[in-house]
Amino acid sequence: MQSHFLVLLVAIPLIAAPVCVLIKSRALVWALVSVVSGICFLLSVKLLILVSTSETALTYAIGFWDAPVGIQYRLDMVAAIVAFIVSLIAFIVALYSRVSLKDEIKAEKIPLFYSAYLLCLTGLLGITVTGDAFNLFVFMEISSLASYALISMGKNRAALISSFRYLIMGTIGATFLLIGIGLMYAHTGTLNMTDLAQRLPALLGKQSVQVSLAFIVIGLAIKSALFPVHIWLPGAYTHAPISVSAFLAGTATKVSIYALIRFLFTVFDQTYAVSKAHLGPAFIILAVVAMLFGSILALKQDNLKRMLAYSSIAQIGYLFLGIGLFSVSGLSATITHIFNHAIIKTTLFLVLGCMIYKLGHAQLSQLNGIGKRMPWTTAAFVIAGLSLIGVPLTAGFTSKWALVSATLEQEYLILTALIMFTSLLAIVYIWRVVEAAYFKEHETKTTTVKEAPLALLIPLWMLVILNIYFGIDTTINIEFARQAADSLFGS
Amino acid sequence: MTNLMIPPGLLLVLAAFLLPLLPSLYRKFLLIAAPIASLILILLIPDDYSLKLPFLEYELLIIKLTPFGKLFAVIFSIMALVGNIYALNQAKLTELVSAMIYAGSGISVVLAGDLITLFIFWEIMAIASTMILWANNTSGSRKAGIRYLLVHLFGGVILMIGIISYYSETGKILFESMVGREATVSYWFILAGFLINAGAPPLSAWIADAYPEASPSGSVFLSAFTTKTAVYVLLIAFAGTKLLIFIGLYMVFYGIIYALLENDMRRILAYSIINQVGFMVTGIGIGTDLALNGVAAHAFAHIIYKALLIMSAGSVLYRTGYRKCTDLGGLFQTMPVTAVCGIIGALSISAFPLTSGFISKSMISSAAAYEHLSVIWYLLLAATAGVFLHAGIKFPWFVFFQKDSGLRPAEAPLNMRLSMYIFSFLCIGLGIYPDPLYSLLPALKTSYVPYDAAHVVTQIQLLLFSGLAFFILLPMMKRTLTISLDFDWFYRRLLPGLVNLLEPLYYIGTATIKRSIKTLYKKLQLEPDSRIKQLGYWSLSVEGMVWISLLIFGIALLTIFTYSTY
Repeated sequence: MQSHFLVLLVAIPLIAAPVCVLIKSRALVWALVSVVSGICFLLSVKLLILVSTSETALTYAIGFWDAPVGIQYRLDMVAAIVAFIVSLIAFIVALYSRVSLKDEIKAEKIPLFYSAYLLCLTGLLGITVTGDAFNLFVFMEISSLASYALISMGKNRAALISSFRYLIMGTIGATFLLIGIGLMYAHTGTLNMTDLAQRLPALLGKQSVQVSLAFIVIGLAIKSALFPVHIWLPGAYTHAPISVSAFLAGTATKVSIYALIRFLFTVFDQTYAVSKAHLGPAFIILAVVAMLFGSILALKQDNLKRMLAYSSIAQIGYLFLGIGLFSVSGLSATITHIFNHAIIKTTLFLVLGCMIYKLGHAQLSQLNGIGKRMPWTTAAFVIAGLSLIGVPLTAGFTSKWALVSATLEQEYLILTALIMFTSLLAIVYIWRVVEAAYFKEHETKTTTVKEAPLALLIPLWMLVILNIYFGIDTTINIEFARQAADSLFGS
Repeated sequence: MTNLMIPPGLLLVLAAFLLPLLPSLYRKFLLIAAPIASLILILLIPDDYSLKLPFLEYELLIIKLTPFGKLFAVIFSIMALVGNIYALNQAKLTELVSAMIYAGSGISVVLAGDLITLFIFWEIMAIASTMILWANNTSGSRKAGIRYLLVHLFGGVILMIGIISYYSETGKILFESMVGREATVSYWFILAGFLINAGAPPLSAWIADAYPEASPSGSVFLSAFTTKTAVYVLLIAFAGTKLLIFIGLYMVFYGIIYALLENDMRRILAYSIINQVGFMVTGIGIGTDLALNGVAAHAFAHIIYKALLIMSAGSVLYRTGYRKCTDLGGLFQTMPVTAVCGIIGALSISAFPLTSGFISKSMISSAAAYEHLSVIWYLLLAATAGVFLHAGIKFPWFVFFQKDSGLRPAEAPLNMRLSMYIFSFLCIGLGIYPDPLYSLLPALKTSYVPYDAAHVVTQIQLLLFSGLAFFILLPMMKRTLTISLDFDWFYRRLLPGLVNLLEPLYYIGTATIKRSIKTLYKKLQLEPDSRIKQLGYWSLSVEGMVWISLLIFGIALLTIFTYSTY
């Protein structure tokens, strides 16, 4: 049975997705989605345990067609970590979505929404488990198409436009990825990643192989919203329904970065990809610009969803910074931060969800005095905010620690200073919310507002507790991340 | 017992989280019981005890008892106890919770055996103390709070860089003496991180900026922990660093001068914290056994008398609502207990014989004398006179005597009086019978006798003459409604001023850029649909996005072809 867990992780949500459309009852469809994402979560936990105890990566041959011929699923440590965090976020957001969707989406569309949600989850999990380059592209398209649909369900007109813009950008990204994979296939005659890794080194002198690397990197950079091609992200996160923003902010960009790591470190020879093709310095420069740009724009936003979106752009900068350092500790810092940031950002978006549910908006200028009206919600924001800043005993601290260690290891003091500076900027934009929530006199409009219902608060606080838990028990986000980085470099 | 022990600091933190859940009576009980329990735990820790925990990739030493650490932990829990008593009647729940967390993490810092544990609680202290400030909930405390938080997190950032480089240089995280590592990066970062919390120049202003903005009980808590943990860590890591002598002396005189110029009674006391910490930092710089023991003893005594002074000032503020010397005066008649306790504190801070200040401060100046550092000795002596001027006489005189301000406030409430009694008793008790304190001091190799004739006579002469000077110069000492400028002017006034000045320029600049981008968009037909307002100004049309991605792809291709060296 255990050998089938890998494929079940993808198959269960894939099969459940069309079933959703057939169910009329909203409660029932929600229950189904919760159960399915819960099962995925349990599977991913089990898989993470299996991977951490076994020496080699887990593999599974689809339809018993062995590796080079058939599609192979392959789960190593980094994939297991990403699969774990994706299914965790999916499960908690699914629990949260029942109440929060009520106001945002028309009742008859809810089964469709959940169907798309599961498809998106299928795609994201598929990317992590597959060991086949083309299969990865297919799953990326599944998750992207589903997320275009999810974003377009937002309440106002801009959601549709934002979704369309994301679609255009996403399609460019996917096309680039496909062209890149195609070029590699043309040269090597294989799509299996392990196989590619063996055959590519001999061909790296060929210009078309080099071009394929460029295609793949740009394609995935668009998907993961690296600085100059981040333009789709603020709109998409701002106008999507809050559950979608929370889910995508925690998972979609992270999984794209995972795919990028997969190509750079497993498929291509990593010394070539990161240092010889000068991707390292390029990533570092773009990452620094992203960190500054995102943090500074986050300071100026009144719409808190947009503020978090810009903060995400800054955080994606950190992720690319870690990759660009091209060291074991840099890469492990990236993996750590993928994990932590998924938890942190999802928590913050879920807080906004509670506010939107009660107030109908998340405009900073109209949140004065909300701390007294919604104490649990705002307390959650404060804790997640501290985690974003990187205060000790929160998950965010482990990221900051790992990143700073990695930059100091190579004596890039300027980068260290920049990380610290942007984390001070994070204090300022979190502080703006805290100030409004606790210290400004509340307005008459908000006086009747009560605390959000338990159905929203319980999933939210599950994540808040995880924020602290993973700040104290760092087995997964530090130890496993380090092992993952070691094995990526060793391979 | 030994293996299952709860760290005393953690006990306070846990108790703090219990507080909001309890009904008011039990809450009061817990406020008293938790610090006592933590004090007992500290005294019970065996000397060789150590508690280890894995965290990140390191093995943390949550508790490693050093003799100095024990001394600091003892006074911290006493402080938490008496501070809680003082706060019982008026402090808000937020403040009490934060204060307990603050005290608990202070204790954890001084018991920490490694740099990471130290850092973690260091940061929690910064946040908890900011919460104490914010709990006062005035616009002043809010603004001072965020400035305070930024200064401390900045210090934390510096410290963190120091710690990580220390680990990568040595492969260890144990918190040990750093002396002899002057050539390394980590040495300077860690030193700077510690000094920021000690209130060293140029970032000294945060003390006087923040502490007076807290509630009466809040500033009692604040005055005790942050600077003293900094003194402790400097004491362990940087004993005998000559640079610290100069920094310390600067702080001593900085504190005196600003305190003399100040009108707000709580700001006077805040500046005198810098001055007193300056004494300690100087002692650490001297670095002999006597000096270090003197520093520890002085920190112990200082926490008590400084808290007493701030409690006395806090009671006045609580009863009258005024904090400026110009508004106060003549309160002796209706607040005799507060006045007497304030005077005891004032005498202690001036190191009057028979008070706790005398038996501790004389150790530091004797240490300077024994090392034949005559200039330093003279300066310390002069500073003692200066302390008497600003804190010893100025504070009680202007608040309790001087003119009759017409205020007739009631005496401080019972719990406030009780806590002032306890600390007054300790001030005088330790002054008369210092042996319990001396017995806590480690490695006092040469036995020290504070009360020799020459010493007592010198001190009394010095104090009497500076007292005389005060009253002769009284017209000049009278405070008017002034504020004195300090380094914080740079970040409180100059920076915002520059921003205000530059803002129009910024707008003109960005408007020009926006206009030209818009024109460019128009020419290239890249403009987004203007009917949809929510899209934000900088957004492109869909075609624009396509073009940009292609452009970037082209650049990437060019770069790869040009630089690929495979």
